[in-house]
Amino acid sequence: MERKIRVLVAKPGLDGHDRGAKVIARALRDAGMEVVYTGLRQTPEQIVTASIQEDVDVIAMSILSGAHNHLFPRVMELLREKNIDDVLVIGGGVIPDDDIPGLKAAGIAGVFTPGSPTSEIVAFIKGNLKRGS
Amino acid sequence: MSEMDDLKAGMEAYEAGVDKALSKFSERKKEFTTGSKSPVKRLYTPLDDGNRQYTQEIGFPGEYPYTRGVQNTMYRGRFWTMRQYAGFSTAEESNKRYKYLLAQGTTGLSVAFDLPTQIGYDSDHPLSQGEVGKVGVAIDSLADMEILFDGIPLDKVSTSMTINAPASVLLAMYIAVAEKQGVPAAKLEGTIQNDILKEYVARGTYIFPPEPSMRLITDIFAYCSTDVPNWNTISISGYHIREAGSTASQEVAFTIADGIAYVDAAVKAGLDVDAFAPRLSFFFNAHNDLFEEVAKFRAARRVWAKVMKERFGAKSPKSLSLRFHTQTGGSTLTAQQPDNNIVRVAIQALAAVLGGTQSLHTNSRDEALALPTEDSVRIALRTQQIIAYESGATETIDPLAGSYYVESLTDRIQNEAEAYIRTIDDMGGAVKAIERGYVQQEIQDAAYAYQMDIESGDRVVVGMNKFQIEEAPPKGLLRVDPIIGAQQTAKLHDLRANRDNERVQKTLADVKIAAEGSGNLMPPILEAVKAYATLGEICDVMRGVFGEYQQKVIL
Repeated sequence: MERKIRVLVAKPGLDGHDRGAKVIARALRDAGMEVVYTGLRQTPEQIVTASIQEDVDVIAMSILSGAHNHLFPRVMELLREKNIDDVLVIGGGVIPDDDIPGLKAAGIAGVFTPGSPTSEIVAFIKGNLKRGS
Repeated sequence: MSEMDDLKAGMEAYEAGVDKALSKFSERKKEFTTGSKSPVKRLYTPLDDGNRQYTQEIGFPGEYPYTRGVQNTMYRGRFWTMRQYAGFSTAEESNKRYKYLLAQGTTGLSVAFDLPTQIGYDSDHPLSQGEVGKVGVAIDSLADMEILFDGIPLDKVSTSMTINAPASVLLAMYIAVAEKQGVPAAKLEGTIQNDILKEYVARGTYIFPPEPSMRLITDIFAYCSTDVPNWNTISISGYHIREAGSTASQEVAFTIADGIAYVDAAVKAGLDVDAFAPRLSFFFNAHNDLFEEVAKFRAARRVWAKVMKERFGAKSPKSLSLRFHTQTGGSTLTAQQPDNNIVRVAIQALAAVLGGTQSLHTNSRDEALALPTEDSVRIALRTQQIIAYESGATETIDPLAGSYYVESLTDRIQNEAEAYIRTIDDMGGAVKAIERGYVQQEIQDAAYAYQMDIESGDRVVVGMNKFQIEEAPPKGLLRVDPIIGAQQTAKLHDLRANRDNERVQKTLADVKIAAEGSGNLMPPILEAVKAYATLGEICDVMRGVFGEYQQKVIL
C-alpha cells in the first residue's frame, strides 16, 4: 500500500488562535493524509524535533500574532542545521503580502493568507512534496 | 370565530397559495437557515408565540427577566460606551493612540496587551522573541503602566483590560498608577477580562491549571468587593468562543456555563452571591445575521437572570442582570476587498445596539490583514456614532421586541443554550466539561462545518467566494517595528539595576507565602507591583507554586 502523506500541523509562538490550524488539520485528514497536531505554544526547536520524531513529509505552521518573520525562518534554520532538506514547509495566518517574498526566500514553500480554501492547501501539498510518497 | 381561528384559517390559505406558486417557481434555496445554520421558516406569525407569557418571558426594561434590557431607560438615558480595543508596540506608542481615540470621541479605553504580557513573560524571556508589542502593548512592570496612562486621568475614564491569567497583576498595576495620580481605588471604573475558562477552550493565553486559576479569580472578586467596588471583576466571554467557530446558541451556552462555574467557585469560597455578582460582566460577539444576533443578546439576558435567581438565589437586581460588552466579529472580516468590511461591521454593530449592549468595539476594515491604522479605526468609531446619532435605533427601547421572528429566535436560542447547560451540568460543570474536551469538540465541529459550507459555496462570503475581483496588495498597513523587543529588554535591564532589589525579593517572598496558603493574593501582589517587581517575576513565583496548565489537544 502507498504510504500516506504525513503532516505536522504546528502552532509556533505564543499565539492562541488555533481555529485555522485545526480546520486545516481536519481537512488534510479528510483528504487522506496522516496529521499530527502539536497544540499551542511550540518553539521552533520543538517543532523540528516533532517533525523528526513523527517522520513527516510536511510541516504546516499557523501564526496570527505577527511573529511569523521571526519564527518561520527560525524553523528553516534549524532544519538546515540538521541537514533536513526533504520536508515541505508551508505557513499561514495573518501575514501581510509584503512579508511573503522574504518568507519564501527563507524556504517557506507556500504561504496561505485569510480566505485560502483548504482544497488549495491540499492541492499545494500534493503538488510540491519533496519526498516520493 | 375567534381571532386565533381566523389566523389559522388565514395561514392555511396562505400556505395553499404558496404551494401553488412553488409548483411553478421554486424558491432560491431548498433550505433557509440563520447564520448559525438553524432552520428559518418562510413566515412568522402570532402562531409562533405559542403560550409565551409576556410578563413572564419578556417583561420590562430593567426588570426580571431583563429580556428587553438591563436599564429602564436604556439609550434614552445614555448611549453605550464606545470603546475601541487598542494597544501595540510600546507604552509610549499606545498612550498616543489612546489620546487620539479620546480626542475622537471614544468614551472608554480598552487595552490590548501583547502575548508575552498576557502569558506572564517579561519581554526578555526567550519565548517572547518575535512577539513583543505585536498584538498589543508590552507591559513588564509598573514603570510601563505609568507611561501607558500618562496624562490620562483615571478618575475620568473607564478602562477595560483584556488580561486573563495574570489579571491580578495588571489590576494591581492599574491601582498603583491611579494611586500615584491621587485617585483612590474606590473611584476606579473599568473591567478586567479575568475569564480563564474560555482561555482553555478558545483563546489560549492560560498559565496555571484550573484550580489555582479559579482561586485567583475568586480572590479578585473578594478584594474588589471591598476595595475597588466599581470595578467589573470579570468579563465572562463568549466572544472568543464564537471566533473559534461556535454557533450563536453555543456562544450563549458555553459563556453562561462558564459564568455558573465562577459563581459556584466564589460561593464555595464563602462569598455572598449578592456581594460579588453585581460586578460580573459579559462579553459577546456580533456576527452578520442581524436578527439572530439580536435574539442572542436578548436570550442571554433571560438565561442568566433565571440562572442567578433559581440556581443561586441571588436577590439584588444587579446580580440578575447581564451587562455586556460587544465586539463585532473578527472572523467575519475578509482580507479580500477589505472596504466591504465596513458594511459588515455596521450591520453587526447595529445588532449589538438593537440587542441592548452596554459597550461596543467596532472592528476596523483592515483587521484581516494587520492591526488597524488610525484612519480605519476612525471609520469604525464613526460607524458607532452614526448608529447612535442618525439611525433612530436608539430612540425607543428594544425596538425588535414583539417581532414574531425575533421573539421566536429568542426562545429557540434560550432553549438550545439551556439544553447545553444541562449537558454540561451532567458532566459536573464547565471545568469538567472543558477538561474532557467536550466544549472544544463542539466548537471545532461547528468551525469545520462553517468552513466546508464556504468551500462548497453554500455559504456566500461576498468578495471571497463570490463577486471576486483582481486586487493589488493593500498599502499602508500598520507595522510594529521589531526593534521594540530590544528596547523593552534594555528598559528591563535599567529597571532591575535601579530599583530596590531587596524590597522586590521581600515582596515576591510574600506573594509565594500567600500562594502557598489560602489568604487573598491581591494585597501581596499589589505590594510587589509597587516595588517594581516585573510581571514575569510575579508570575514565575506563582508558576513555582501552582504549576502550569497542560493543554488537552483535541482534533
